Amino acid sequence: MLRISQLRKVFSNGSGVEMTALDNVNLDVRPGDFITIIGSNGAGKSTLLNVIAGVYEVDEGEIWIDGENVTNQPEYRRAHLIGRVFQDPMIGTAASMTIEENLAMAMKRAKRLRLVPGVTAKDRARFRELLAVLGLGLENRLQEPVGLLSGGQRQALTLLMATISNPKLLLLDEHTAALDPKTAEMICQLTKRIVENRELTVLMVTHDLKQALELGNRTIMMDQGQIILDLQDPERADMTVDELLDQFEAVRGKRLLDDRVLLV
Amino acid sequence: MLLSALIGTLEQGLVYGIMALGVYITYRILHFADLTVDGSFPLGAAVAARVIAYGGSPLLGTILAVIAGMFAGLTTGFLNTKLKISGLLSGILTMTALYSVNLRIMGRANIPLLRKPTLVSWFGERGMAPWVLFLVTLAVLKMLLDVFLRTEIGFAIRATGDNEQMIRSCGVNTDSMKLIGLSLANCLVALSGALVAQYQGFADVGMGVGTVVAGLASVIAGQALVRVPGLGWSTTGVIIGSLIYRGAIFAALRLGLAPTDLKLITAVLVVLALSGSVWSSSLAKLGGGKRRATNIPAA
Repeated sequence: MLRISQLRKVFSNGSGVEMTALDNVNLDVRPGDFITIIGSNGAGKSTLLNVIAGVYEVDEGEIWIDGENVTNQPEYRRAHLIGRVFQDPMIGTAASMTIEENLAMAMKRAKRLRLVPGVTAKDRARFRELLAVLGLGLENRLQEPVGLLSGGQRQALTLLMATISNPKLLLLDEHTAALDPKTAEMICQLTKRIVENRELTVLMVTHDLKQALELGNRTIMMDQGQIILDLQDPERADMTVDELLDQFEAVRGKRLLDDRVLLV
Repeated sequence: MLLSALIGTLEQGLVYGIMALGVYITYRILHFADLTVDGSFPLGAAVAARVIAYGGSPLLGTILAVIAGMFAGLTTGFLNTKLKISGLLSGILTMTALYSVNLRIMGRANIPLLRKPTLVSWFGERGMAPWVLFLVTLAVLKMLLDVFLRTEIGFAIRATGDNEQMIRSCGVNTDSMKLIGLSLANCLVALSGALVAQYQGFADVGMGVGTVVAGLASVIAGQALVRVPGLGWSTTGVIIGSLIYRGAIFAALRLGLAPTDLKLITAVLVVLALSGSVWSSSLAKLGGGKRRATNIPAA
């Protein structure tokens, strides 16, 4: 589904200072894989998602999605293959536009834009159905601007938008991290449900080690721009957070210590 | 006397309202402060005046003016999206270049159109006063714009101004949307310039100075006065804002201010309107009142 080979991405600040964000990353993702990605700050997790989505160009290596070489495609060209949800609930939706307008744009993902009405009655019926599943009452607020919604509601809508056109790949970048615990749990359950129903292939970055082991079927750990651990079921199934930390120490010879990594 | 002066004010409000719709597209929808306007407005006037002065059809002159406006917008868009020059600077560069271009088109600084057939005189001979002509034109353009902004392309343009990251991840080439928005806006501005030249009976190379500020004043005044949510209402607000703005200028002149002071007054008005939220929150603090809720950006 997704094949990444020898990926390298170096950031430069223009005055000769360079930071290697991705260093020879190889990853083979099978259809239906739900991969959680963990690692300390600056390990390259978000950069990995961003180069897959095409936000950054890579310096070396190749990215193939569903048999298509997307390495040199700009972000908007590969958008039909990818759904994304970001950490900041504000990024995934257009605040001044209504719920139905946002959904309509997501539904027409990468189709040729036309001079025809952006939302039809048929679309509306479909949006109502999809929104009803969220259980947030948004199906009755189609014509309200998204800016009026709470962060959790916006994130739920973003998740719906990211998956509405059945992308080949769903990229989640700490999409519950900015929410309060209760809302985060709601979004987490929703993610699980949508992914299972649609049999999506997912890459999910998280700082929550427990969540990383609970969700999905595979966990990769990154450090200093490299994938240092690739855990798959069944081996992963019995792993505890402590064992995971021990594994990291065994590989890197140091503790995975970071105030943002949740150990509980 | 007063009545004809009021009708004149109405006519100005309507014909400059077309320009204000253009400024609305860039400033409110694309969130792009497009200074091209100060050059594309006289560009429209120059093209139309040149065609008419040389005996061409006023309709042809007006159509060519609109096309010229489109190229002005595309130039700014090209500088911004392809050459990565900031939006503000791109507009300034195009505007500056257009000053020379406009002089080239006109061949001199001023082209009088008195006793030449114009769209305004053509309709006038058929019993249609300028304000009727401008009202019908403006109303049709407003409705077309409302419909356009509700199409798939319209959605993509609005989202480009609202949240580029989001709409790019929906597979939209945001550069193209900016180019469409900027060219459309400057088409309207050039059309407004072409009609103003035919209405006032001359084109002048200096007639563009302060156009963008007048447009902003109209857009902001409209936004402040028409607070009903919805796209159709925002564009209606722009038109009302343009009428109010011309009305305010009319009032200022009646109060004895010199016409040469008008640009200063306009600038001060726009500053006051733009800093409105600062004023109201400090006033609220003084009064111990509750802070106003954060405004949701209007569609």
